[in-house]
Amino acid sequence: MTTQVNQLAVDVRGLRKRYGPVPAVDGIDLAVRHGEVFGVLGPNGAGKSTTVEILQGHRSRDEGEVSVLGADPATAGRAWRARVGIVWQDESAPAELTVRETVRHFARYYARPRSPEDVIAMVGLQEKADSRLKALSGGQRRRLDVALGIVGDPGLLLLDEPTTGFDPAARHRFWDVIRGLADEGTTVVLTTHYLQEAEALADRLVVIARGRVVAEGEPAALRRRYGEEATVGWTEPDGRTREFRTKTPTRTVAELMSRFDGEVPGLRIVRPSLEDVYLRLTGQDGGPAAQEGER
Amino acid sequence: MTTTTPRDVPRTTTAERLPGAWQLGLHRGALELRQFFRQREQGVFTFAFPVVLLFLFASIFQDDVEGAGITAAQLYVAAMIGAGIMSVSFQSLGIGIALERDEHVLRRLRGTPMPPAAYFLGKVWLVLVTGFLETALLLAAGATMFDLDLPTSPGKWLTFAWIFVLGLTGCALLGVAVSSVPRSGRSASSVVVLPFLVLQFISGVYIAIDTVPDWMLTLGALFPLKWMCQGFRGVFLPESAQVLEQAGSWEYGRIALVLAAWCVGGLALCLLTFRWKNKSDG
Repeated sequence: MTTQVNQLAVDVRGLRKRYGPVPAVDGIDLAVRHGEVFGVLGPNGAGKSTTVEILQGHRSRDEGEVSVLGADPATAGRAWRARVGIVWQDESAPAELTVRETVRHFARYYARPRSPEDVIAMVGLQEKADSRLKALSGGQRRRLDVALGIVGDPGLLLLDEPTTGFDPAARHRFWDVIRGLADEGTTVVLTTHYLQEAEALADRLVVIARGRVVAEGEPAALRRRYGEEATVGWTEPDGRTREFRTKTPTRTVAELMSRFDGEVPGLRIVRPSLEDVYLRLTGQDGGPAAQEGER
Repeated sequence: MTTTTPRDVPRTTTAERLPGAWQLGLHRGALELRQFFRQREQGVFTFAFPVVLLFLFASIFQDDVEGAGITAAQLYVAAMIGAGIMSVSFQSLGIGIALERDEHVLRRLRGTPMPPAAYFLGKVWLVLVTGFLETALLLAAGATMFDLDLPTSPGKWLTFAWIFVLGLTGCALLGVAVSSVPRSGRSASSVVVLPFLVLQFISGVYIAIDTVPDWMLTLGALFPLKWMCQGFRGVFLPESAQVLEQAGSWEYGRIALVLAAWCVGGLALCLLTFRWKNKSDG
């Protein structure tokens, strides 16, 4: 197997998948570079899971070209699976085994696994190592899922909404695990519907809504590009409130000042948070698009 | 982004040798057995079921079978060994794999480099060990309570061994195949238990073989259970009991043929129908 270093870790072009008449993925392009943490951000039902399942090789696609670590996931073999770690969205492992037994067993599937004890420590389950899986809490089970995803020492890790249901402390611990893996050079693709998570982890991200990419780039650049427009609001003498969206709010205020000759009643200038940008991009800001999208 | 060398680029040009299916199959077998015996309810009931039925039937029907030189209880021991083997293979795999599929255990395994053969080998070990224990339990119960004479000639034990292995294999493969039928894990036990129950009636397990209507036996003869029970009667009953058989003899040749055919056919069926995911998982 020869893979050029300059090749993309994940290269997706024109990906489409429909369930019956409903398009879940409607022409998505992705380009993930080696060694980066790539976020796929979007609301529930946007097509994130379908996309990542196609990358995993667990779902067929209708159209498009997909290359993951230089191979088509639909036909890739054991050697490819050994290099791709998967953390599922809803997972189960046999409830009667202990954490240590399970991680040790999964390590056997690989030619060069990480040490099971190290992996258990990485996800912070040392104290639960001898507990049966059925005795773990939801968050602890998710951490076991991560342990099983990384025990094979994969070069590429695919995570599907890994922190859904975590409390904030557990989420931060989990982010540290992912950052640690990224620092070691693991390429990470993760889907999430938490903006904060994408911002905290991703070097680059795409925002997906209704099966399409609606924005793409570094989190800071997205904030700049879509966050420039400010909203200037004031109150007219007749008591009506007015709003004006502009990229030059200072000029608008200057105009208002001359009109009102001094103090502008009820003046406010609002810059959108990244959250607002995200909600607008994904049609969740209360506009007409917000009504559709759930699958 | 970091400056570390990307680790998803293979460091060597030749693929590393992944662990082999046989070796992983042994590990999976050990894991399957550990899980099986930790689920105490399942373990106790799986083993107890044929023994309890044996006790009930053999205690209710104790009379001598006319002209055959045996008691009805002896007939039940032989038949129940066949049914016990089918229950630990066909029934437990049919339900167990459907549940594993439903709970996404199979999908997770599919996401690792584990070769599929290792999973099936693990099931083979599970079924071999539990089948062996079940049979030992039934033989012990039969010998101590119901006058079953354990054969002393090595030839009879050899016959027992090949019927055990072929029957167990055929039923296990049939169980793997049937696990793909139920739509969800919850419906699995109903889907698997009913045909098994019917099969036990028409194969002469619950009802003595000479009282089951011919058309039922003919239908039952299409499946492995009838032949396993017939073979075990041949091993554990005196020659005089052959008069009870449909053909008037043990028909070892035909038993071997039918069971072997089920092994081959069952394997083909598994390869054609096995699914790693539920239908709803795409």
